Amino acid sequence: MQQIVYFIQKYKYFLLFVLLELVAFLCTIQSKAYQKSQFINSANSFTGGLLNMSNSVFEFTSLKKENLRLSSENTVLKNELEKFKSSRFLENKKLTDSNQHYISAKIIQNNFHKRNNYLTIDKGILDGIHSDMGVVNSKGIIGVVNQVSNKYATVLSILHSKSKINAKIKGSHYFGTLAWDGVDYQYSQLRDIQRQAPLKIGDTIISGGKSLLFPEGIPIGVVHDFKKTPKSFDNIKIKLFNDMSNLGYLQIIQNSDKNEIEKLIRQND
Amino acid sequence: MTRETLLLTIRFVFLLLLQVLVLNNIHFLGYINPNLYLLFVFLYPLEKERGNFIFISFLLGLCVDFFSNSGGINAAATVCIAYLRLPLLKLILNKYDLDYKLFHLMSESLLKVFLFITLLTFVHHSLFYFLDYFSFKDVGMLAYKVITASIFTIILSILVLILFDRKKIY
Repeated sequence: MQQIVYFIQKYKYFLLFVLLELVAFLCTIQSKAYQKSQFINSANSFTGGLLNMSNSVFEFTSLKKENLRLSSENTVLKNELEKFKSSRFLENKKLTDSNQHYISAKIIQNNFHKRNNYLTIDKGILDGIHSDMGVVNSKGIIGVVNQVSNKYATVLSILHSKSKINAKIKGSHYFGTLAWDGVDYQYSQLRDIQRQAPLKIGDTIISGGKSLLFPEGIPIGVVHDFKKTPKSFDNIKIKLFNDMSNLGYLQIIQNSDKNEIEKLIRQND
Repeated sequence: MTRETLLLTIRFVFLLLLQVLVLNNIHFLGYINPNLYLLFVFLYPLEKERGNFIFISFLLGLCVDFFSNSGGINAAATVCIAYLRLPLLKLILNKYDLDYKLFHLMSESLLKVFLFITLLTFVHHSLFYFLDYFSFKDVGMLAYKVITASIFTIILSILVLILFDRKKIY
């Protein structure tokens, strides 16, 4: 017994060090596991509130760019609306309720320089946000909602090692997976594309619609570079439409049919 | 509360806010953010009882993690250098128990201070980026990031130390 007390006395700092390191490692490993409840995240009211405050101070620096983006998005939407109006008039169809709804939110913190990046946004459970909802803006996909608190939420960016997004080549039905290799935030990688797919440099990549998170046809980027081996495509580099270092406002996709579809899938298992 | 604890509390809060609200948004060359909050570890007064120091360093790292959604990587790296600080000081600056009360980092020679800061920063950043990537798949990339980020942090820390050193002015 005395031996143990002596041992603890002698090595107490080392033991404290090992204990704290273990706690930190556990937190790290837990944060790598996607979709587990994480204790350490910036979605709680204190960190979220502080980041929100700081963001409101520095917000004006990006207003000009944000205005331009909004105005160009408005033009696109107005054009589509006109097209839609004329076609409806011709075919005399009735409007049906869509199963997709968009919730607008503001980014209060953006990360893109690490291997695993998260964003923090200023909407939470009270605004109808849940984990596992797709996040986009007018230029393309941004990520998936991860942790939610009452007023804030964190978003698993597409620049994260655990982020896998179903994508396809525009105009064909060849599917692949979008995953990031951690090198450059402007480029992402497309994997698992069939060898016979007609891939060219400059092809547009859009979301595939095979997942419940994103509807089909949301833009992602263009093919920048790839190598073709006899067996498969290698290193398909996608230049993202979104500049991930400069994001302002975004939309969260609420799919009202998601629960129903998930229930069906679970019944199959 | 003594004057020293008050000073340490202010330094803790100030460095934390500076780190998470300003320095984490610098993105120099696209990805380099200096970790200036390490100054807290460099400047903490020397004590024989290291328990408080190690625990406070852990808390500082954890607070930075809370803001940057990084799990526990800052906490792990900061605890590590907090533990290594005393042995390293003994080794580089030849400090003994009696000198602890009189210790003042900037009154040492600049070369020794530089060596001390470089080693601790390097250990911190190595652990930090290793935990972030969590694989040895691309060691080159890892080493490149550790070295560039360390250089940036070291330069900034030494500049701040020289600028805000009050003893030199008197």
